[in-house]
Order: sequence, then C-alpha cells, then structure tokens
Amino acid sequence: MSTNSYASSHPAHHILSVLVQNRPGVLARVAGLFARRGYNIFSLAVAPTEDPMLSRITIVVDVESSPLEQVVKQLFKLVDVVKISELDPRRSVERELLMATVRVPAEDRGQVVELTNIFEGKILAVGVEAITVSLEGSPDKLDDFEELLRGYGIVELQRTGRVALPKLDKEARLKAAKHGKAS
Amino acid sequence: MTQKITGAQALIRALELENVDTIFGLPGGCILPAYDPLLDSPIRHILVRHEQGAGHMAEGYAHVTGRPGVAMVTSGPAATNMVTPLCDAYMDSIPMICITGQVPTTAIGTDAFQECDTVGITRSVTKHNELIMSADDVPLMVRQAFHIATTGRPGPVLLDLPKDVLQNPMTWHWPSDEEVLDSLPGYKPVTKGHPRMIKEAARMILDARQPVIYAGGGILKARAADALRELAELIDTPVVTTLMARGAFPDDHPLCLGMPGMHGNATAITALQKSDLLITLGARFDDRITGKVATFAPDAKIIHVDIDPAEQGKVRRPDVPIVGDCRLVIEEIIKAIKDLLNGGEKQQDISAWKSRVSGWREQFPLYYPTNEPGEALKPQYCLEQLRDSAPEGTILCSGVGQHQMWSSQYWKFNEPYTWVNSGGLGTMGFSVPAAIGAKVGRPDRTVWAVDGDGCFQMTAQELVTASVERIPIKVAILNNSYLGMVRQWQEMFYEERYSEVYLSPELPDFVKWAESMGCIGIRVESPEEVQPAIEKANSIDDRSVVVEFRVDAGEKVFPMVPAGFSNDDVLLHPDQNNRREFLR
Repeated sequence: MSTNSYASSHPAHHILSVLVQNRPGVLARVAGLFARRGYNIFSLAVAPTEDPMLSRITIVVDVESSPLEQVVKQLFKLVDVVKISELDPRRSVERELLMATVRVPAEDRGQVVELTNIFEGKILAVGVEAITVSLEGSPDKLDDFEELLRGYGIVELQRTGRVALPKLDKEARLKAAKHGKAS
Repeated sequence: MTQKITGAQALIRALELENVDTIFGLPGGCILPAYDPLLDSPIRHILVRHEQGAGHMAEGYAHVTGRPGVAMVTSGPAATNMVTPLCDAYMDSIPMICITGQVPTTAIGTDAFQECDTVGITRSVTKHNELIMSADDVPLMVRQAFHIATTGRPGPVLLDLPKDVLQNPMTWHWPSDEEVLDSLPGYKPVTKGHPRMIKEAARMILDARQPVIYAGGGILKARAADALRELAELIDTPVVTTLMARGAFPDDHPLCLGMPGMHGNATAITALQKSDLLITLGARFDDRITGKVATFAPDAKIIHVDIDPAEQGKVRRPDVPIVGDCRLVIEEIIKAIKDLLNGGEKQQDISAWKSRVSGWREQFPLYYPTNEPGEALKPQYCLEQLRDSAPEGTILCSGVGQHQMWSSQYWKFNEPYTWVNSGGLGTMGFSVPAAIGAKVGRPDRTVWAVDGDGCFQMTAQELVTASVERIPIKVAILNNSYLGMVRQWQEMFYEERYSEVYLSPELPDFVKWAESMGCIGIRVESPEEVQPAIEKANSIDDRSVVVEFRVDAGEKVFPMVPAGFSNDDVLLHPDQNNRREFLR
C-alpha cells in the first residue's frame, strides 16, 4: 500500500469543508488551531468560491471523532470562519489531481502511456528518459494509479489534496435531470 | 468635500467614540504618530514603566468596570511584552483592546528595526487580531474590535497599525451597527438559551435531591449576580463560587459554600463531589476544579450553561447543554421553574442534603494554627486583619501563588467585581499593575493588592507609575523569602528537596524600595505590629502604601487536592485530619 493512501483507507478520516472570509491570515489561523492541538492535517485545499469574498478550505484530518468535535467548535470561534460542514465520505463527492514524472526508457514508455490511458489520465510532457502524466479523479483511484506508477520509478509526484462537495440527494438529482431535459 | 484626517487621528477619534476614557501605554518609534493626536484628546493616558504593566492595568480596569481596558504600545519588543497580558486576558475572558505600532507596510517582512510578526505571535492568545493595511479601514476595525472584545465570550483583541497607515490621510466614516455586523458574517454569538433545554433544566433542578450551583466567572462577565442570587434562593440550593467567580454570590449568604478546587474549602469540594446535579453556570470544569476528571462528581448530572459552545463537552459531557448568556439563561430557567411550581409540581425535599452540607461546614472550617508568642507571623492572620479593617467596598487584587489562595480563602467577597486575580494563566506579577488599573476604573474604592515577595519583584516598578500618575493603591507583601507555592510542592511531593525557591531574607529592602518609588513603606514583623500598620495604610489616601509582612515560610495552603488526585482525596490541614470520616 502506498504511504499516502492513509486517508482513503482509514475509516477515521474526516473531511471538513470550511467556508471562510477571503482575507490574509485566515489559513494561518485555521492551520494554527490544528497544530496547537497536535492534529496532523492530512491534506488541504484552498480556493475562492463562487462568491469572491469567501474561500472554501477543504481539510482532511486523521482523528477520532470526539476530539474532532472540539476542533470544529474551536474553528467556529474564529471570527473569519463563516461555516463549517463535516462531509461524510460516503455522502460526498471527492476529487483530487495527481501529477507525476516517471523515469522510463523510450522502449518501455508505451506501458506507462497505456496505464495512463486505462486510468483516463493525460500525458503532459514526454522526454527521452521520462514522461509526465496527470490524473484527476477520486482519491482511491489516484492511490491505485500511484502504486502502479511506482513500479517504473517515480521521479517527482505531487497531489493537490482533495476537494469535496456533498452529494446531491436522489430527489435533487432527479429534479436536476428533469430540469435539464426541459430546457 | 469631507476633510481628510490621518489614520492616527481616526484611531484616537474612534477610541473616543467607543467611550474610552483611559489608555495604558508607552510610546515608541512606530506608534509615535498615534501619540500626537492623543495630546488633543480628552482620553487620559497612563504612562507605564513596562508594557506588560500596561496590559495588566487594562485587565484590572476591565475586571472592575466591565468595560474593555485599552493598552497602546509600539512594535517589536513592546508587542512581545504584551503577549503575557494578552494571554492572561484570553484565559480569563477579559475584554481588552491592545493597539500596537508596526513598521511601515513597505518595510513589513524585511526584518526592519523593531519589526516582529505581532499578529502571528499573538494569534493564539487573542480572541481576534488584525493587521490594518489602510488608513481608511481604521474606524471599522476599531468598531469591530470593541464589538468582538465585549460580546459573546469576552476576550482581548489586538489591532496592529503600521506607521504609514497611521500617517496616511483617510476620509472619516464612522460605520453603523449594521455595517459592523455585515462585515463579520462569521461572528454571531448565541445569547438566548434553547427553550427546550431550559425546560429540561428546570425539571431536572426540581427533581434533584443533592443539587449544587457551580458558579464560574461567566456570572460576572454576564452581569448575572442578581439573577444567580434569585435562582439560588428560589431553589434554596448551595452555591460554590470558583476562583474567577469570587464575589459573584455573597460570601455572607447562608447558601454560599465558597471556593471549590485545588485549594478550595473541604465543604465546597465535597459538595460538588457528592452532588447529584451540578447546575453549572459560566464555569468550564477547569482542571484546578475537577481534580482527576474521571472521578469528578461521579453521580452528578450536569446542566452546563455557557456562552461558548466549545466549552460544552470539552471536559465533562453535559446532560443538558445550554449555550447562551448566563444572565438571560438564568432568568429563563427561573421563569421555567416558577411555571412548573405554579402548575402544581413540587421540588424534591433537599433538606437532608442541606444538613449534610452544614455538617461539613461545621467540621471543616478554614484552619491555621494561631500564633504562639515569639513565633513567626502567620500569613493567614495578616489577611484576616486586613479583611476586617478594610473599608466597605474594598477591591482586592492578588498575584499568583500561596498569597492568592489565602486571599481567596480568607477574604469575604460580598459584592461582585471586588476580586481581581489571574486565574487561568496564573501570571506572577499581575497584582500591582492590575490594582493600578482597578483603581483607575474605580477611583472611589480602596484598592488593596496582596502580593508575594516573588511576584512583587516582577512588576513593582509600576508603583512609580502609580506615584507619578497619582493613583494611590495599597500593597500588602506577604514576604516569606520563598517562591512559596513551589516551596510547598517541593516540601510535599519532592521530599523537602528545595530547589531554587529560596529568594533572600534581606534583599531587596522592600521598605526602601517602596520609598524610592514615592510610596510609604512599612515593615511588619510581629503580630502586635499588624493592626497599627494596616490602620496607618488605610488612613493614607494621597499616595501608595507598601506594607511588608514578614511571614512564616513554613505555612502551607490547605486544603489541597494535589494535581492528578481525586477530589475525594483532598488533603486537609493535618490538625483536621482526624475528622476525615465526616467527609463521607
């Protein structure tokens, strides 16, 4: 198992979706709260939302649920934090992006290309001795891809950390489908 | 066209509009521009000798007035000197505004002279802080700061002002309440308790057979002392007042059991321990109260009223959590209880419980062995004499250590806002500057600072401030030549191996030191000298007085629940230990 697949394989991981005011220092405040209580942030993704005044921070934490309750309450005390939702991995859609440069001689390159195609990834750059590929998808899928690439020799790898939104419930999805048909 | 003013002028004008009457501070390079318009302002500035003093003065002021204390200092070392008072105010939920200078925006991040990352350093010790990057933002930031510091769970807010922001021109605009609220979409403290929870609490109170009201500092913050008294009398239930709540319920009230906790009295500790319902009001199950958490009040159901949702379930999971302002919630609980009673419900008979509690009180009064002739002066005796001679309404401040615990134990606090101390952080040196701030806030009151010889040496220089600014306070130093509380622990838990706790019997000369700072200095070495010295101190009101009591170094604070012990295993004074069985 790859070293960074912990969050997707471990049942105690939590995804917090934190809506904050888009201002300097907010990320430091949020991260500081986790650090002070000795929690490791597994991954973190930050970007402005549809409202440019607000940013969404998606945090994956590997803690048991009861101390997390305390962190969430403390987080909510930060003046810049507008809303916090804990996303249940079973009821949310998660996506992550992976980029990797793999050292592979020209004659074996086809295998990596094939693997990337199977996973529906992209070839970003090709060199004589190396190839850079990318894959966007669920963190589980990225874990599998990463493990298979490892056999070829990964030179550099970067994952973005996951972003997540709640799954639409069935009713909302059907309504959306009907609406789509009508228009 | 609106007239342009500078960011500094806007700052001072904004402070005036927030009804600030006093700033405690010390100027320096980057805050210089703010000190110029201060000359033309009605705001009184008190020039301290060390920035930490300014911070504790602001705290003392806030403690006794309920209004936020304001401290203003420059960048770099001045800002780092404010870290202790900020943390102290944060731990004890004291509303406080701290204004720091900062290097010009163009120099931030260049390791400029007296630059430090003030906002970064103080992030974890403030309720909120802001680096203001534009002069136009000054009024809104000041309004936000006062709003945040004084609402919800109060706390310190720091504003960091770069020198060019203070110097730049801006167009004055004083934001409306609505603008302030709109600018803080993430800040909405809940003040009204949940009606269903309040009903449930009322029912639980009527059903309890061994109830205790566990009152914390939140009572004072919420100005809920009257409501607390009404509730306690309505349900005829004993009240314990934590270190932060001394005075929130009158010590001379028959229902008052006094202070629980590590150095609480045996009755208050045991009443919590044996209770079947803790009506927790603005208290936070601090480790100094609970002792070993796993064995704390094992049979008690918990009603927990606190304005800070993060306190609910942090240490002990409540059966009925109520987030809200203590005063509003208590008033609602009273109403709900009256409704139930009017509807024909009856409160359980708690007379057996109350007589059990009275039995403990009779058996375990606070105790120390009285002086035999020729023996060293007992610190508790000095405090009792001080208490009995204190003019009506005296405010008592203390530092941290044995003298603090004896003060809380032996004083009679019959009025709220007459006790000022550093509870959560335990800041040695708090007493003298806090007393000065308290006297500024309540010039009509006598202010006594009880201090240890260790504490006094940390911040005594502020007595110069007191003399120069004509703020007459009274200081009682209980001088045992030791870091007394640490000595007590070494005696009890380190086999009397005294390591680095002996200060000096002769140095400094506290009387001469006091005199050199413009105060009257008095030394007391024997019991006969105690009363005349206190009378003399109380009769002087045109300058500060320092009374040094040379006290018995061997005296220890009892009762004691050592760290990690269960409250069941409270250590009584050895002379009372033979009656231990009564605590069952």
